[in-house]
Amino acid sequence: MNEPVTKVLGDSADAMPPPPRAGKWDIAKRELRKAPWSAKFGLLVIALYVLAALFAPFLTPFGESEIVGESFMPWDATFILGTDNLGRDMLTRLLYGARNTVGIAFITTCVAFLIGGTGGMLAAILGGWTDQVLSRVVDVLMAIPQLIFALLLLTIFGTSIPVLIVIIAVLDSTRVFRLTRAVSQNVVVTDFVESARLRGESLGWISFREVLPNILPPLVAEFGLRFCFVFLLIAGLSFLGLGLQPPTADWGSMVRDNATLITYGDITPLLPAGAIALLTVGVNFVVDWFLHKTSGLRDGK
Amino acid sequence: MENSPASKHLLEIRDLRIEGQSGEEWLEIVKGVSLTLDRGQIIGLIGESGAGKSTIGLAAMGFARPGCRISEGEILFDGVDLRGLQRKERRSLRGVRIAYVAQSAAASFNPAHRLIDQFSEIPVEHGISTKSEADADAIDLFTRLKMPFPDIIGLRYPHQVSGGQLQRAMTAMALSCRPDLIIFDEPTTALDVTTQIEVLATIRDIVEQFNTAAVYITHDLAVVAQMADKIIVLRYGEMIEEADTRIMLSDPKEDYTKSLWAVRSFKKTTEPPAPEPVPLLRVEHVTAGYGKELVLKDISFDIHRGQTVAVVGESGSGKSTAARVITGLLPPTQGAVFFDGKALPADYRERSKEQLRQAQMIYQMPDTAVNPRHRIRDIIGRPLSFYLGLSGEKHEQRVRELLNMIELEPDLFIDRYPGELSGGQKQRVCIARALAAEPQFIICDEVTSALDQLVAEGILKLLDRLQREFNLAFMFITHDLATVRAIADRVVVMLRGEIVEQGVKDTVFSPPHHEYTELLLSSVPEMDPDWLDNLLKRRVGSADLGGSDLIR
Amino acid sequence: MVAQRLGLGLLVLLAVSLIIFLGVELLPGDLAQAILGQAATPETLAAFRKELRLDLPMHIRYLEWLFNILQGDFGRSLANGREISELIGVRLGNTLFLALFSAVIAVPLSLTLGILAAMYRNSWYDRAVNIVTLSSISFPEFFIAYILIFVFSINLGWLPSLSNVSPETPFWQRIFLLLLPALTLTLVVVAHMMRMTRAAIINLLASPYIEMANLKGMSRARVILHHALPNAWAPIVNVVVINLAYLIVGVVIVEVVFVYPGLGQLIVDSVQKRDIPVVQACSIIFAATYIVLNLTADILSIVTNPRLLHPR
Repeated sequence: MNEPVTKVLGDSADAMPPPPRAGKWDIAKRELRKAPWSAKFGLLVIALYVLAALFAPFLTPFGESEIVGESFMPWDATFILGTDNLGRDMLTRLLYGARNTVGIAFITTCVAFLIGGTGGMLAAILGGWTDQVLSRVVDVLMAIPQLIFALLLLTIFGTSIPVLIVIIAVLDSTRVFRLTRAVSQNVVVTDFVESARLRGESLGWISFREVLPNILPPLVAEFGLRFCFVFLLIAGLSFLGLGLQPPTADWGSMVRDNATLITYGDITPLLPAGAIALLTVGVNFVVDWFLHKTSGLRDGK
Repeated sequence: MENSPASKHLLEIRDLRIEGQSGEEWLEIVKGVSLTLDRGQIIGLIGESGAGKSTIGLAAMGFARPGCRISEGEILFDGVDLRGLQRKERRSLRGVRIAYVAQSAAASFNPAHRLIDQFSEIPVEHGISTKSEADADAIDLFTRLKMPFPDIIGLRYPHQVSGGQLQRAMTAMALSCRPDLIIFDEPTTALDVTTQIEVLATIRDIVEQFNTAAVYITHDLAVVAQMADKIIVLRYGEMIEEADTRIMLSDPKEDYTKSLWAVRSFKKTTEPPAPEPVPLLRVEHVTAGYGKELVLKDISFDIHRGQTVAVVGESGSGKSTAARVITGLLPPTQGAVFFDGKALPADYRERSKEQLRQAQMIYQMPDTAVNPRHRIRDIIGRPLSFYLGLSGEKHEQRVRELLNMIELEPDLFIDRYPGELSGGQKQRVCIARALAAEPQFIICDEVTSALDQLVAEGILKLLDRLQREFNLAFMFITHDLATVRAIADRVVVMLRGEIVEQGVKDTVFSPPHHEYTELLLSSVPEMDPDWLDNLLKRRVGSADLGGSDLIR
Repeated sequence: MVAQRLGLGLLVLLAVSLIIFLGVELLPGDLAQAILGQAATPETLAAFRKELRLDLPMHIRYLEWLFNILQGDFGRSLANGREISELIGVRLGNTLFLALFSAVIAVPLSLTLGILAAMYRNSWYDRAVNIVTLSSISFPEFFIAYILIFVFSINLGWLPSLSNVSPETPFWQRIFLLLLPALTLTLVVVAHMMRMTRAAIINLLASPYIEMANLKGMSRARVILHHALPNAWAPIVNVVVINLAYLIVGVVIVEVVFVYPGLGQLIVDSVQKRDIPVVQACSIIFAATYIVLNLTADILSIVTNPRLLHPR
């Protein structure tokens, strides 16, 4: 810098200043207003479930597994949705179910992302043997259908909540691994990662500062989808009597325990099943909108 | 539309407007373009990326890509407005009376069918000739287009044929029904210069032989100068200027056109400092490759302080691999790289921070060379904190200095993300990031080839200025000889992993040349509209150098 | 290429069998103790160990187990001492019948719907289909099953809610009994399958060679049939096979709901009884079917890929 540098912004060919920019919150608000009704509906549903899960004890006078009446009592003023096969309040169990079923599915998905996401990113960045070994292990694990594998492992380890979480998280992490590895690989081959490598950056910097921010959108979308899948899997297992164990209130087992009512034309057992369906529909709608948004932005460039 | 006067021209476009979908809105991408074209005439559409050239070309066939729509205007082909036709009627024109030659023949041929079947499909499906007649015609055209083994090449699948041959096959396909009009959409952009010449010559020849009219779309001025009778300059979907080729070249009216024409005038003026006894960088007998395949065969060259060495070659020549060996991404199987007299470890992971700092790199695609999730401050600032340990006020100060150096106003740019910048601005940021490390040596890998010409010019000027200010050494990898002429001190010419010639620029660029250098040099299109004719005249008789397409 | 893929498939099968075998070895504590419970006397434990051949080293038992399975001998059930192959035989047939029946309805239906959605992209039809399939993907199988039961057997009384077939049930009777379970599975699978078909076709229609075919003036039918389809086999086959594999697994819950005597019900019962040999046997059959299906998909996409079909 021996010579003073003159500003020649005005006459170089790419002198156009960048366009003005709106704040993040403004963009979020605008996007939300523009969102299709399906996505708004989904967000509303998710919000309701979260509230129910957080405030379950305050929303109902009965305890989670408290026997308060006869079995299979019809809907009335006290027991708004009647009672179940053991005489517990159905509404209460539905609300607590939000806590248990949704909560456990959420934790499981988080664990799955922790395992699969880290593994996938490492495989993509390190390549070579790490990639080979991890990918082959995942290939084999994925060769066994998830539900069957879960059944086998549950037979062996028994059905307790921590076992359930670990088993399903590990099984599900294989899909997370595949996706993370694939999207990371697209980022890892870019010049900015090569440039960071040539600068001498550490593995941590490359993973968390260079790669991770760029794979976040697909991972967030995948989180929604995986959550739905895990949620349905756990509900399915509970329905089979192999998931959450009594007396914990859980939607899958509630359907099973009260299924006989359907034969009498009573739709009460469909309510927990409907609760499951509603949440997954909501999440799927939001994810669909999100995917549309993020992929649409990419097309625009 | 019904009462518009009939057109005497083969193609007449009146006030064409095309909209493109962007999210929920429709934006106008072609803003009122009009043109006329007569039989046997070639019109050149020229402009930078985003000018709407291809969109107009497709519209001349009554076609709009998904996400685009023709909103206004008339497209009169032989007096009939294509917009007013039924889908079926439009279809009966396509391939028969108007044909299209796409930019990437490799992607535009269906991988599932043989070339000859894709050729014959047009006359057969349109009921013009039988399959056997069409096949015979295909072989005839392949012969006339000077394709090798014309009798059997049609039996191949697209992926079994080289890029240059595919482009010719596509031209042949366009001719299958002897159309009145052919749209050429950047037909040589994806090809190497030496291959480009042959395809250009073929296209010109064929257009003359069949008296076909053509719309020739390109971003390359010198190419359009050879091909077109008249030129239309486009920018952001608007017509800037229209004139006959010779007039347009010699006497452009509009400022934008003049600036396009002026691009090729930049030339480095200063002499590099006298070489010191020990070169800054020495590549010694390096052989390298991927697996068993050797990409570099025993190459050696030196780069001195303050000097620009241009490494020139076509795709597959190994020039980028040479850069990978120098940076340590690809350890060589033999030979070594010396920096300031000391051997560098072959693998970048074994190099010291100081060694890494001394050699920086600038990439071809500025879009992928900067992390889109980092702010400009962090992109330029990272080498400062990583190598030089700067932080706080000093860090901020230096980032601003660097932004000034690359001629970007710090206040406007420092908090931006790369997505908000233009391609040229991003490339400037890449330059600043390289400078931030305070290196002595920078590898520039095709740094201008992804940019529009005007912007590229600005980048070259900037690099030249920075070289003088900081006594930097550049290794300039490029396939573009115009860039070499502008900026190089020394030139290294590579062909299939070997150095065929190297030396001071003026020596390499003045006769006598190595045979390949000669081919390369003479293949670069010049602005003179007679250049192609003269070149072809010169090459006839001399040994056939036009075989580069076969030697891949 | 194909041989390589076949070899890989075989390796995966072997690895899977090892996992299924080793899984049981990982059982915390002593297997015999775990199965018989704390009350078992040392003598019964010892006898039981001998019966399970737990006294032999692990690798010998694995090879023996694998060898026996290859000969169709899966051992005996712990719960009732019957030959497992006997238990499985009829049930496997039932399960495959149900899966096949569902596939016959689901595959043509979803391919048609998917291709239509791709061709009329962004139309109201496409949007409606998107919302409907997105919802039905989200429904647990048992929810769909019970809704169908509620509507078709309880309210309308048209179809039976139990699919209690026996080997003597005649074919058409069987079809009738299986209508509801097959419909359930179809609903579950069609959504997935048609979304995947739609995506694959849209991807394909964006290729430059499809645009070229249009610019050559080819008719819509020819563009789809002659230009798109030959390149679409790989993705379509993939979609079909993935969903067939899903059907094979999806039957588990549906079988339980409709009390259909298939493999799925057997595995669920056995898990509850901790009848490990039966669970192992069922798992390996399910896994093998799954692997073979995926293998078929890969091989079909290799042999239909023009680039691999006609190498340089």
